[in-house]
Amino acid sequence: MSRPLKEIDGKGYWSATVRLTITLLAIWFAVSYGAGILFRDFLDQFSIGGAPLGFWFAQNGSIYVFVALIFYYCVAMNRLERKFGVEG
Amino acid sequence: MDETFWTYFFVLGTFAVYIGIALWARANSTDDFYVAGHDVHPVINGMATAADWMSAASFLSMAGLLAFLGYGGSVYLMGWTGGYVLLALLLAPFLREFGKFTVPDFVGDRYYSSFARIVAVICALFVSFTYIAGQMKGVGVAFSGFLGVDFNVGILIGMGIVFVYATFGGMKGVTYTQVAQYVVLIFAYTVPAIFLSLIITGNPVPQLGFISNATGTDVPMIQKLNQVVTDLGFAEYTSTNKSMLDIFAITGALMFGTAGLPHVIIRFFTVSSAKNARVSAGWALVFIALLYTTAPAVGAFARLNFIDTVNDATYIADQEDYAARSAEIAAAGGKPVPTWYKEWEKTGLLGFDDKNSDGIMQYRGPNAPDGIANELTPNNDIFVLANPQIANLPGWVIGLVVAGGLAAALSTAAGLLMVISSAVSHDLCRRTLFKNMTDKTELRVARGAAAAAVIASGLLGIFSAQLGFVAQVVAFAFGLAAASLFPIIFLGIFWKRMNKEGAIASMLFGLITTFSYIYYFKFIDLDPAHWFLGVSPEGIGFVFMWISALIGIAVSLVTAPPPQDIQDLVEDIRVPGTRTPHGIADAGMAPMPAE
Repeated sequence: MSRPLKEIDGKGYWSATVRLTITLLAIWFAVSYGAGILFRDFLDQFSIGGAPLGFWFAQNGSIYVFVALIFYYCVAMNRLERKFGVEG
Repeated sequence: MDETFWTYFFVLGTFAVYIGIALWARANSTDDFYVAGHDVHPVINGMATAADWMSAASFLSMAGLLAFLGYGGSVYLMGWTGGYVLLALLLAPFLREFGKFTVPDFVGDRYYSSFARIVAVICALFVSFTYIAGQMKGVGVAFSGFLGVDFNVGILIGMGIVFVYATFGGMKGVTYTQVAQYVVLIFAYTVPAIFLSLIITGNPVPQLGFISNATGTDVPMIQKLNQVVTDLGFAEYTSTNKSMLDIFAITGALMFGTAGLPHVIIRFFTVSSAKNARVSAGWALVFIALLYTTAPAVGAFARLNFIDTVNDATYIADQEDYAARSAEIAAAGGKPVPTWYKEWEKTGLLGFDDKNSDGIMQYRGPNAPDGIANELTPNNDIFVLANPQIANLPGWVIGLVVAGGLAAALSTAAGLLMVISSAVSHDLCRRTLFKNMTDKTELRVARGAAAAAVIASGLLGIFSAQLGFVAQVVAFAFGLAAASLFPIIFLGIFWKRMNKEGAIASMLFGLITTFSYIYYFKFIDLDPAHWFLGVSPEGIGFVFMWISALIGIAVSLVTAPPPQDIQDLVEDIRVPGTRTPHGIADAGMAPMPAE
């Protein structure tokens, strides 16, 4: 473990982390509670391969987005850690 | 080779692998025993987490549940996967950075209170014991249904296997057996699903078959299913009779409950850093999603296939010659009852009551247009179990499915046992009652506690199967994890001002209200008309979670802020690589280093 050459900016890192988290949770909410539940009736007038879109989001689509969200979070956090000199 | 041979072959073969891993992965320190030496590779931990998470219910019951509930089953799909986003973004990396062994460790140290630690221990024990009873029951069912072994003897065999690897290997043994169990269960789940998808839609990928046309038609599979079920008087597959608010609340309770479940959280203590905890959560969800995105396809295919092959078929009684009689029925232009139905009928998972005495098996919904009463009562579990035969797969696939069901039940049981034993040996003994205990003594106590927990949970499985209330109490596990554990862990990381008084008030409120509501509406007043705002006991944890978080915040604001040591600790766990010991927060136990 070597100390980073750059000064650690813990406060800046944390507020950037919180901003990123809020953005990703907004997407998390939109694809599950939004597309799968609240706006299902509206989305069900469209279809994906014959399955009503809202129904598909509730049963399959939201899960794909969840996986993508976590991996994007990992990449974005690594970037933040480099930017603020945090060793991770 | 017959099915029984292959079933024994796979079950005994996988058990030998689990025992072999246990002998190889012996725990030599408390670090090994509780957190597998905290250097598990993130992908390996992801796989272990997936097996830890996917229980007998996910493996056996979920597809069938979806087949019957249609859209209403979505709460399980979104709830049991969406929780991992919360875990990855809000809890896992920070709790790893905190660097201790258990969930009560975090609660007790962050809130500088033995009382808070004990309340967390009670929550963890209650959640884990309700959950483990179902796993043990699943083991008993698998043994009695397939190997002709007595239900209780089946549980004893399962207990014996878990006893070996949990007691010798602790978390280290559990981790590596869970990896093996994941491989077995995912293979056993997807192979029949691929063949079923080929039969129903012509597409080998079940997730794509789900959105393809039905074989030989230009009608989408889902629309065909909607048509078929409404013709029989059921509600549309893509609809539900639950209110939107209730669907919302149940999904929420399952999501936040998933994130708050101790046996899931502790898996992320086994990796080497906060960064690896994040990556590992991603891999865990990939491995879980493989099964969870296949399940809705299996559910829809199974429902369609069940109606296609069984509805309006002519029944053939056991005493008749099946081959001769089915040829006769087919020659007369009729549809004979399929062979898989006859085979599974013996298990009691399929029921036929010929109400109109016409010898035909009528499957109808409550609003059947032809006014015929329903005569068929299939159990949820039948779909996953009978899939290999429905798809005409060879006998070895059936053996594999049985081994897969056992792997799902045993891996989850083992993860829960680690929570139970560490709550006793670490949180209760080492951290509360006998603070001067040496590492070596603690390891011995931990092994003893794991052994005792195996026995206790086995007895619970045997006992609760007779009472038959396992299904009702599962709501407790998620509701309590959501309402009592999630808010204080989250606030403990994201709000420095949260103090001991607020945490205790919040936890107790969540615990008492959720427990009372579920108990009242599951055991005393069963009338849904009396539910608070129309929210079912399954969803109420979500409602009380918000209230208990608000209570925690309010109580914290009117009492003194937490000591400086605690505030410094919170700053440290937010920023990876900066964790140093802080006075009262780490007086009882030094944090594990990150790599």
